[in-house]
Amino acid sequence: MEATLAFNELEIVYDLLAEAIDEAGPENESLLLSKLCITLAHKVSELAIIKDAIELAKKDLLG
Amino acid sequence: MRPAGKGEFDSLYFEYPKFSFSRPAEMDGRSVTHPVLIAGAGPVGLTAALELARRGVASVVVDGKDTLNDGSRAICISRYSLETLQQLGLSAQVVEKGLGWTGGRCYYREQIIYRLEMPHSNEERFYPMYNLQQQYIEQFLVDKASEYPELIDLRWQSEVVGIERSSQNVALTVKTPEGNYTLKGEYLLAADGGKSPIRKAMGLRMNGDNLPGNYVIADIRMDHDFPTERRAFFESEANPDATILIHKEPDNIWRIDWQILDDQDAGEAIEEGNIRSRVQAILDMIGHTGSWELEWWSIYTANTLCLDDYRHERVIFIGDSAHIVPIFGVRGLNNGFADAVNAAWKLAYVLAGVAKETLLDSYSPERRGATLDVFRNAGKSSRFMTPPTRGFELMRKSVLQLSLSQEFTRQFADPRQVQPYRYPLSPTVNANSLDAEFNAGPANGASAINRQVGDKRYLLDYLGLGFTGLFFTEQDKLDHETISLFSELVELDPKFKPLVINTKALHHEGIEMIDDSQGNIFSGYGAQEGSFYLIRPDRHISARWRSLDKQEILKNLQLAMGGSE
Repeated sequence: MEATLAFNELEIVYDLLAEAIDEAGPENESLLLSKLCITLAHKVSELAIIKDAIELAKKDLLG
Repeated sequence: MRPAGKGEFDSLYFEYPKFSFSRPAEMDGRSVTHPVLIAGAGPVGLTAALELARRGVASVVVDGKDTLNDGSRAICISRYSLETLQQLGLSAQVVEKGLGWTGGRCYYREQIIYRLEMPHSNEERFYPMYNLQQQYIEQFLVDKASEYPELIDLRWQSEVVGIERSSQNVALTVKTPEGNYTLKGEYLLAADGGKSPIRKAMGLRMNGDNLPGNYVIADIRMDHDFPTERRAFFESEANPDATILIHKEPDNIWRIDWQILDDQDAGEAIEEGNIRSRVQAILDMIGHTGSWELEWWSIYTANTLCLDDYRHERVIFIGDSAHIVPIFGVRGLNNGFADAVNAAWKLAYVLAGVAKETLLDSYSPERRGATLDVFRNAGKSSRFMTPPTRGFELMRKSVLQLSLSQEFTRQFADPRQVQPYRYPLSPTVNANSLDAEFNAGPANGASAINRQVGDKRYLLDYLGLGFTGLFFTEQDKLDHETISLFSELVELDPKFKPLVINTKALHHEGIEMIDDSQGNIFSGYGAQEGSFYLIRPDRHISARWRSLDKQEILKNLQLAMGGSE
C-alpha cells in the first residue's frame, strides 16, 4: 500500500482546488485540471498509480 | 499547383528538363526478357536502378512523364539517406546544393518552448538532415543513371497500362507516343507512387488509417534571414487553431506548412487568393516585412496506410506504392530510399546466383516492419500536430501551456523525426543473445555508425560493395585462423570485404586496414580483441560477436543471404 496524504491535508487540497477552479472560471476549468493532472503525474513518477487514479476518476461520472 | 498564368513546370528557380521518347528494341519486334523492370522514375525507382547498376545488374525504368516530378515535395533528407546516397556516389551533390541542419524551435503563442537538437558530432560525415527540393535529387539521380548507359535503360513517356504475371516473368503493357508494346522482365520493382497503377491493377489494397486533418504546403521565394532550422508554431496569432511549420530550402525558397481546419473547405483553402493571404499572415507573424513570391503549393492528408505484403512473387513494391505515411518526421522519401536499396541489393544477389531466392522473403518483413514503426511514431506526432478529439486537444493545450514555464512537458513538442530502423522482424538478421555482450555500438539489425578516420575520411567510406566484415584486433599480425575465415567468407560472397580495425599499424597483403591507435572505432563499436561485425551491403549489422567465432560467423553469412539455419 503506497503512502497517502493525511485527511487533514486532503481537506486543505479540497479547498485549494475549489478556489483554483473558481478562479479559472468555467472557460478554463478543464484546462486547469488537465494541467494539474499531468503535473501531478510527472511528480508521482509511477505509472501504475496514475493509471489506477484515472480508472478511479472514471467511475460513477454521474454528471 | 502554381500561380495563375503559370504552367505546371514554370518554376521561379528550377528549369525542368524535357526528356524525349526513344523507340525501344521491343517495338521493332525484338523480344527481350530483362533482369529487372522498374515502374516509376521518381527518386525511389531511380535509387533502385542505381543500386542494381553498381552491382552490375541491368534494369529498364519506365515512366509516363517527360520530365521530373513537379514541385519541391520531399525536402528533408536524413543522414541515413545521405549515407545511402554516398554509396551511390551522390552525396557530394546533395551536400553542396542542400542545406545541412541540426535542430529547430517550437513556439507556443510566439514564445519558444522547445529546442530540437538532433545528435551530431565530429564522428559524423553528414549533418542529421539536409533540406533540398526533391526535383534536385531526381535530377542528380537521372544524371548519375546516365553514367551507366549499358545498365540503366531509362524510358520516358512510357506509361505502364497493364501487367501480366507468370511464374517465370512479369510482362508490362507500355503506352508510348508511338503506340503500345510489351516489356518483359524477370522481376518488377513497382516504384509508381502513392496512387500506384500497378498496385491497383493487381487488385491490392493498402490498409491502415486515414488520420484527420488536411495540410497545405506552400513554397515561396523571399530574402529572409534565418538559419536552416525547423520552426513549428502552435496557436500562433497567424493561425490560432492550427499548427504551422517553416523550413528553409536552397535558392531562397521557404517551405510553409499549415493545417486546414475541419470546418474549412479544402478546395477553397487551396485557392490562390487564400494561399496568399494565409502566407502573408504567417510572414507578418514571423516579422518578415519584405516582398515574397509564390512558387508552388500542394495539399496532403496524414494517412498511415500500407500493403499487407510488399512482395507478390516477382513484383516488389518500393516507396509510396507500398506505404503512405504522414509528412511529419520526414519519413516518406527517406523510407523510400531504404526500400529501394533493401530490395535492390537482395535482387542483385539472387540474380547473380550468389544468394537463394528466399533472400527476397526478408524484404517485406524488414521494410514493412519499418513502416509499422513509422506509423507508431507518426501516429503520436500526428495526434499532437492535429489533435483528433477534444480530449487530445485539451491535453495538447495543457502541455504546451505548462511548457512556457516547465521543462518536463517540452519534449511533447519534439517532432519525432525519422530514425534508422533495426529490422527486429527480419528472418535473416541474427537476433542471438551474444548481442547483449556488447555495451556500445550498433546492435544486430541496426545500421553501421560512422567514425572519423584521420583528417578527412570516415569509417563508412571504407565499406565494400558486398558484405563487409569489420574485424577488431590489437595484435601485431593477423593469425592464420582469421585469414582462413576471410577466404571462406569470400567463397560465400565473392564481394565480401574484410576490413581490419587495428591499433598496431598492421599491414597484410590484399586486406584493407584502418589504423585505430586512438581507439576511436574500438570504443564506438564497443569492441575488444577479436570482435567482429558482419555488415550487410545496405550497411545494417547482420550480427556481431564480441569475440571471434568462426563457425557462427560463417553460418550467419549464409543466413543473411537467405539460407536456412
